[in-house]
Amino acid sequence: MSISQLEITHDELKHLVSERAQTGETLLLNMGPQHPSTHGVLRLLLELDGEIVVNCIPDIGFLHTGIEKNMEAKSYEKAEVMTDRLDYLNTMGNNLAYCLAVEKLVDLDVPERAQAIRVIFAELQRIASHLVWLGTHALDLAAMSMFFYCLNQRERILDIMEMCAGQRMMTTYFRPGGLWRDVPAEFEPAVRAFIDSFPAEIELYEGLLDKNPIFLDRTKGIGIYNGEEGIAWGITGPSLRGSGVAYDLRKEEPYSGYEQYDFEVCTEAEGDVYARYRVRMREFRESLKIVRQALDKLPGGPVRSNNRKFVPPPRAELGESMEAVIHHFKLWTEGFPAPKNSIYMPVESPRGELGVLLEGDGGPKPYRCHWRTPSFVNLQILPKISQGCYVADLVAIIGSIDIVLGDTDR
Amino acid sequence: MKAELQPVLDALQSAFGAHISEFREQAKAVIAVEHIVEAARTLRDAHGFNMLAGLSAVDYWPERKPRFHAVYEFKNISKNLRLEVRVPLDGDEPKLPTLTEIFPNANWHERELWDMFGFEVVGHPDPRRILMPADWVGHPLRRDYPLGYEEVQFSFNFKEIDQRKPRPQD
Repeated sequence: MSISQLEITHDELKHLVSERAQTGETLLLNMGPQHPSTHGVLRLLLELDGEIVVNCIPDIGFLHTGIEKNMEAKSYEKAEVMTDRLDYLNTMGNNLAYCLAVEKLVDLDVPERAQAIRVIFAELQRIASHLVWLGTHALDLAAMSMFFYCLNQRERILDIMEMCAGQRMMTTYFRPGGLWRDVPAEFEPAVRAFIDSFPAEIELYEGLLDKNPIFLDRTKGIGIYNGEEGIAWGITGPSLRGSGVAYDLRKEEPYSGYEQYDFEVCTEAEGDVYARYRVRMREFRESLKIVRQALDKLPGGPVRSNNRKFVPPPRAELGESMEAVIHHFKLWTEGFPAPKNSIYMPVESPRGELGVLLEGDGGPKPYRCHWRTPSFVNLQILPKISQGCYVADLVAIIGSIDIVLGDTDR
Repeated sequence: MKAELQPVLDALQSAFGAHISEFREQAKAVIAVEHIVEAARTLRDAHGFNMLAGLSAVDYWPERKPRFHAVYEFKNISKNLRLEVRVPLDGDEPKLPTLTEIFPNANWHERELWDMFGFEVVGHPDPRRILMPADWVGHPLRRDYPLGYEEVQFSFNFKEIDQRKPRPQD
């Protein structure tokens, strides 16, 4: 099939495929956006020579939601609801990035207890996100039972979130200045039960995959890039640590009290699909370590800042204090103003550097809120590392980069 | 702001006339558009800023001079430094040189700038829209682009509203 016969493409793509595609010597194949192994609605236009990928052209934007534009029309508190919908496997992490950005922009304090609970949830969310990654990645490589084991465990984390936030996924639990509410009494036993039983689960997963010859054949030596290439392409998170660069924002630019916790930045030197798998498997254990430390020294006290210019007063106060009524009214009708300046707040999401560029204009709405999302940046290296591999390996490579299309398309 | 960043800022100031400011311990350098390629090359080669961590833009409409700021986030991984570089751009159809030769990941970011803000990226290897459909009209993240909404249609006024619904232009 020559390029002119393909309805799915247009002349603008000619410069991206080889000349052999013009004559019909190579095959142009459309993969996605409804392909189960593209982890959402990623479309790839593949130029194939037999089963070998000659060129791979990613086409994104099918899940574009216009969240950045919408946020400009909402007040700072209301805009947070949309952050959940960006990377739907890392909702707490998105809330965290946004709240930290707002707090930094308006210079708002966060109580220690709220910071510790934020860390616990961010790490539980990392485990949940890695579980979905592991389940789907293994499913792509034909290890179907992994998917059921992983989603089963993830459900336990979502139950904890539902217990605290009332929602399994779209939590909006962190708020500028602290948390929505304190955690209930059942929270600590539930988290402890999870972190006590989960190490055995990790061993189960490793037992199923680490010595599985099919899994090793499909992952070792595939999709290789070294640390320098990774940095040049802006890759962050486990995908960069799998190439031997110990770069983790929780260590480099600690936020929310991460400097208090003892954990290791996991790296593997090989830079292939298997190395990225190993990094994420080891990160399960590091996340558990952080959750355990945070639970052990969970401080008491309030979970919201007492700065009434930014944080609404407790409901009980409204019946007694005129001041509280005024603050409540001001915050829920108009919102709080932010200075006319901008900040960039990077945090470590399960996929890499999640950065929020937040600009205020003196009013109660974000003037500009740009999301530097790890999936968008990490996906860019796909055409480069997939050249010359088999179509079947392409599926393994996409899985190993761990993209979420809500995060890519925003 | 970290003390190690000061020599970098001084160098940018003397070589490219950068205007330096600081907010909440984050340094920003405003550099004219004709210097940005050289400044990025200097930052990477001489100062170790080996990662382009992010690239986006802000629209200050109805301002005209400058109407836009292109915002580059550079990161020096070995020394753990961050620097924001802003490039002011005038008018409604600004032009911006590409950084893809220096940082390959600028490719998609610059396509997004074209898609969302309508910057013409000069020398870009693949100047297409990235998030919006190829036949989309307008650049959604500009401040003069309406947010848009859909009127709720009831049975008694369904046709009336249907007639005035905005539809994509040909």
